Amino acid sequence: MHVLIKGAGVAGLTAAHALVGRGAAVMVAERTHGFANAASWYAGGMLAPWCERESAEETVLIRGTAAAGWWEAALPAGSVHRNGTLVVAPLRDAAELRRFASRTSGYRWIGAEEIGALEPALAGRFREALFFPEEAHLDPRRALSALRQGLEAQGVVFSGGAIEEDRFDLTIDCTGAARIGEIKALRGVRGEMLYLQTDEVSLSRPVRLLHPRIPLYIVPRGGGLFMCGATMIESDDAGAITARSLMELLNAAYTLHPAFAEARLVETGTGVRPAFGDNLPRVTRQNNTITVNGLYRHGFLLSPAIAEEVAALALGAELKRGNAR
Amino acid sequence: MPQFYGTELRSRLLLGTARYPSPAILAEAVRRSGTDIVTVSLRRETAGGRQRGAFFELIRELGVRVLPNTAGCHSVSEAVLTAKMAREVFSTDWIKLEVIGHHDTLQPDVFGLVEAARILTGEGFDVFPYTTDDLVVAERLLGAGCNVLMPWCAPIGSAMGPQNLPGLRAMRAEFPDVPLIVDAGIGRPSHAATVMEFGYDAVLLNTAVAGAADPAAMAAAFAAAIEAGHMAYHAGMLEPRDMAVPSTPVIGKAVFS
Repeated sequence: MHVLIKGAGVAGLTAAHALVGRGAAVMVAERTHGFANAASWYAGGMLAPWCERESAEETVLIRGTAAAGWWEAALPAGSVHRNGTLVVAPLRDAAELRRFASRTSGYRWIGAEEIGALEPALAGRFREALFFPEEAHLDPRRALSALRQGLEAQGVVFSGGAIEEDRFDLTIDCTGAARIGEIKALRGVRGEMLYLQTDEVSLSRPVRLLHPRIPLYIVPRGGGLFMCGATMIESDDAGAITARSLMELLNAAYTLHPAFAEARLVETGTGVRPAFGDNLPRVTRQNNTITVNGLYRHGFLLSPAIAEEVAALALGAELKRGNAR
Repeated sequence: MPQFYGTELRSRLLLGTARYPSPAILAEAVRRSGTDIVTVSLRRETAGGRQRGAFFELIRELGVRVLPNTAGCHSVSEAVLTAKMAREVFSTDWIKLEVIGHHDTLQPDVFGLVEAARILTGEGFDVFPYTTDDLVVAERLLGAGCNVLMPWCAPIGSAMGPQNLPGLRAMRAEFPDVPLIVDAGIGRPSHAATVMEFGYDAVLLNTAVAGAADPAAMAAAFAAAIEAGHMAYHAGMLEPRDMAVPSTPVIGKAVFS
């Protein structure tokens, strides 16, 4: 079976991986070379279904729990870090921590001593925290690059040129936010993020800092690099980060640890997350095209489950066609 | 039913549209609340993009009246500019005027508020000012051309409920004919019922609904509490007494005291 996948972000690459694994011949069409247009390039890479349940539907938790295992199987050893998530709040926002706890599961309350044991850099800074031991994280940029290299090694061609779609049995549209305005009710949710570089702070797992208005997470990327994100703004504007957002993200990082004030701000970025009204992804089929979209802020968390769903749908289609013959 | 700037409304609940888990849940909360006014922040959601205003389109599709707000504006000029943009985007003269005096607590800058209100009413806006429970500020806002007042009952998003009960009662007594909407600080339906029992005309909510585990159910709970408080105000409530008063006569029984 010959499958054309449009889009080389996390949705496209995971679908390609699932299909190649089932023996399909896959070509990936990309609008531009590289990942800079993909929302997933700016992702946090947190595989945190229990934390996400704070605002996401139950299905995100159910479908997201297998994500870490999927990524471990798909990526080189050591790419996925299974050491949990730490959720903290400044003392005066302690109520936010209790609210977060009441909306989620899969955590345990820990005190100052255990916070210091898990993350020595945060010792003495917070009295209590929620620890989600089952959660994991990965570096989205390394993951995308590794997935792509693996696919290329298996003979998958990436093409930026014109492609005759008729040559393929099936097209899978994974172009995400590029379809805003074309797919009904698909909208963009702007997310701004930044990278900080410092040797003065060391973290080993994602830390979420709760705040009534400006919740933030910091994910360590290793080598003194920290990804700090992300805003949620109802807009599909992919333009540069605003001064206000930058200030809020930096303030939050500073609240987590004052040494971030001395960090180098090495990158800022903006991604547009494609989302439907319920913020849940959709897989739809029309003739020989399957469309995947609306992964919202759950690209790395939900694309494994979606990719398997797409692969099953695609190969199920082949079976039917085979029967007809 | 309450009238704001000559428009009669069916509901005494005004609902904010920020920070819901999803637009679908926001739409359901609006439906269950029975509200016919939602407020929208212009400041936060106006970045460019190809589908400029996709979120506003979503708001319009809710089919209720929109009260745009100037949330996040820290100066008079910023608030005035945002109000003008809001008039363009939503084709309405209504504006919920916020001039924030403190970045962290979001306490209103009442001096800037009065100034901005004067400018905007001069340009034909119907201004709904987010203010404190200070009577002198309220007086100035009315003097600046506002015909509605929106006092807080506690800081925005604090969920503390009415902090200054005598102050809120005094405001109602001082301005019996001005529509009064409690704008911020409500956390629970009982808080909303309390201010409605004081005779307030309406309540504006956002975080208390958007941040609930089930926002749509909480919207319905608030709608019921607001209606109950309003009905109770007109039904005439008992005043508390210092001792028990039996509800059946004691004549005919042996009374030893």
